[in-house]
Amino acid sequence: MNGLFQQDVNQETFILNLGPQHPATHGVLRVKLEMDGEYIVDAEPVLGYIHRMHEKMGENRTWAQFLPNCGRMDYLSALSYNHGYVAAVERAAGIEVPERAEYLRVITVELNRISSHLLWFGAFVLDLGGFTPLLYAFDDREQILDLLESVTGSRLTYCYFRFGGVYNDIDDSFITGTREFIKRLRKRMPMYDALVTKNIILIKRLKDIGPISKDMARRYGATGPVARGSGIDFDVRKHEPYSVYSEFDFDIPVYEEGDSMARYMVRMDEIEQSMRIIEQALDKLPEGEIQPKKAVKLVKPEKGDYYHAVEAARGSFGVRIVSDGTNSAYRLKLRSPTYSNLSLFGEASRGMLLPDALALMGSLDLVIPEIDR
Amino acid sequence: MLLAKIKEALNSLYEDIQEVPEAPAAAEAEVAAAETASETETAPAPEAQAEEGEPAAGEGEAETEEAEEPAAPPGLKETDYKAKGYHLDVDLPPEKVVAAAEILNRENFFIEAITGVDWIDDQQLEVVYDFNHFDELCRVVIRSRLDRSNPEIPTISHIYQGANWHERETHDFFGITFTGHPNLEPLLLPEDADFHPLLKDFKA
Repeated sequence: MNGLFQQDVNQETFILNLGPQHPATHGVLRVKLEMDGEYIVDAEPVLGYIHRMHEKMGENRTWAQFLPNCGRMDYLSALSYNHGYVAAVERAAGIEVPERAEYLRVITVELNRISSHLLWFGAFVLDLGGFTPLLYAFDDREQILDLLESVTGSRLTYCYFRFGGVYNDIDDSFITGTREFIKRLRKRMPMYDALVTKNIILIKRLKDIGPISKDMARRYGATGPVARGSGIDFDVRKHEPYSVYSEFDFDIPVYEEGDSMARYMVRMDEIEQSMRIIEQALDKLPEGEIQPKKAVKLVKPEKGDYYHAVEAARGSFGVRIVSDGTNSAYRLKLRSPTYSNLSLFGEASRGMLLPDALALMGSLDLVIPEIDR
Repeated sequence: MLLAKIKEALNSLYEDIQEVPEAPAAAEAEVAAAETASETETAPAPEAQAEEGEPAAGEGEAETEEAEEPAAPPGLKETDYKAKGYHLDVDLPPEKVVAAAEILNRENFFIEAITGVDWIDDQQLEVVYDFNHFDELCRVVIRSRLDRSNPEIPTISHIYQGANWHERETHDFFGITFTGHPNLEPLLLPEDADFHPLLKDFKA
């Protein structure tokens, strides 16, 4: 191909706006695409449409007053965000958590992770043109929302964790309900497998599409299922065990391919692993208090800075606290996983067909309020 | 293993600073002066000391700073992971940050985040880089203090592409200029934003 021909082709590129109001972006994300026909030359995500400056809010309210904010970043796995924040403050202020409370945290967080993955599953297949699985996934997810509502009091924007524990104990109906739900979901997984995972249309849309190499994931700081789909064996729950995760036997699904299918498979396998963790936690659930005997009333961490990361449904969520010894944060940094995961989209989508790039975007599992914070 | 290795590699950055006292920027001039003074007093080669064991060199520095200058001076500390949540705390002058990122990149660290802290009482802005490793638990924090009236630091986005957005965000919130950054436009703030909301003197 001679240079002249290439130049002519390049002159025909045009700018295409995807979003901010587009169903495939699941929220208000805009992507500025430079297109050469159906092929992407360059893609630049434009963020900030629902930026609310949670970090500034962290500075101008007390430690406890910030708790409700945690449920309003990643609204699909809000409990992981609860966990990251309270764990960081507990580390900073040296607050001990009773064992039962840690177990309750793990059980609810893992239920939340399953509900998040189920919603992603339905919405992702919807992006690819399959409507039916969404209805099945929402049916299952509804059971989890009911369970979590009975113990946390809310269905989506949970604010269940407190410094030193959780706010409400679970009862027998929650335990039996959870066990029944796991039994039910175990029966449903083969159906999802047959209906969706083994579906030739899905495979053709995902296999070898949107490859993300190990090195690319590292340079952009991608974590969670995105990194694990690229052959990186990294999960904060195993890598840097917090809470009581070291007491459970579970696997970290890792796929080497790095394509959209690999990321899909990681999340589907994680549902089973989360169920295993919940079962073990219910079996071993210790009796006891759910908050420290001496209630945590005044939180004043010592001067200094502290970091704590947890594995949210989308990757490593980190909280950096800088305390000046008062009852509110001097600086609160929230490291959200999809912010880093999305930042590689420009490089990864280069040269792709537009519909394939949308499959790639869906496989990143974006939650926009968490990116924009 | 990894921790010791990266500590030694990063420590080499300080030897360089000690050899060339001119290197630190204007903001660090006082600290540098204090350091060179203490060096000439304790003449027996600082390099030899550093080779023997980093803690010794670190402590020595810490003592001189505390006496002369309340603001934290350059220093490499191993921190209590359980209490702090990270293993290595590395305080560097701004011009050394790129070299540090190159070292971390060579050891296959990944970037978690970049952020700022406004130390308005010291008239300084701090840039904080969080690094972590996929294979072995080792969290490294690189921090650098800048003059608040003219906060400039070189970009590391050519080494870690993920730093691109983190630096843009830090520029949004603190007005810190990352020199050499390909596109330092507002990312989370509106495109015409001329304010920096995380500065302590910001009024809505």
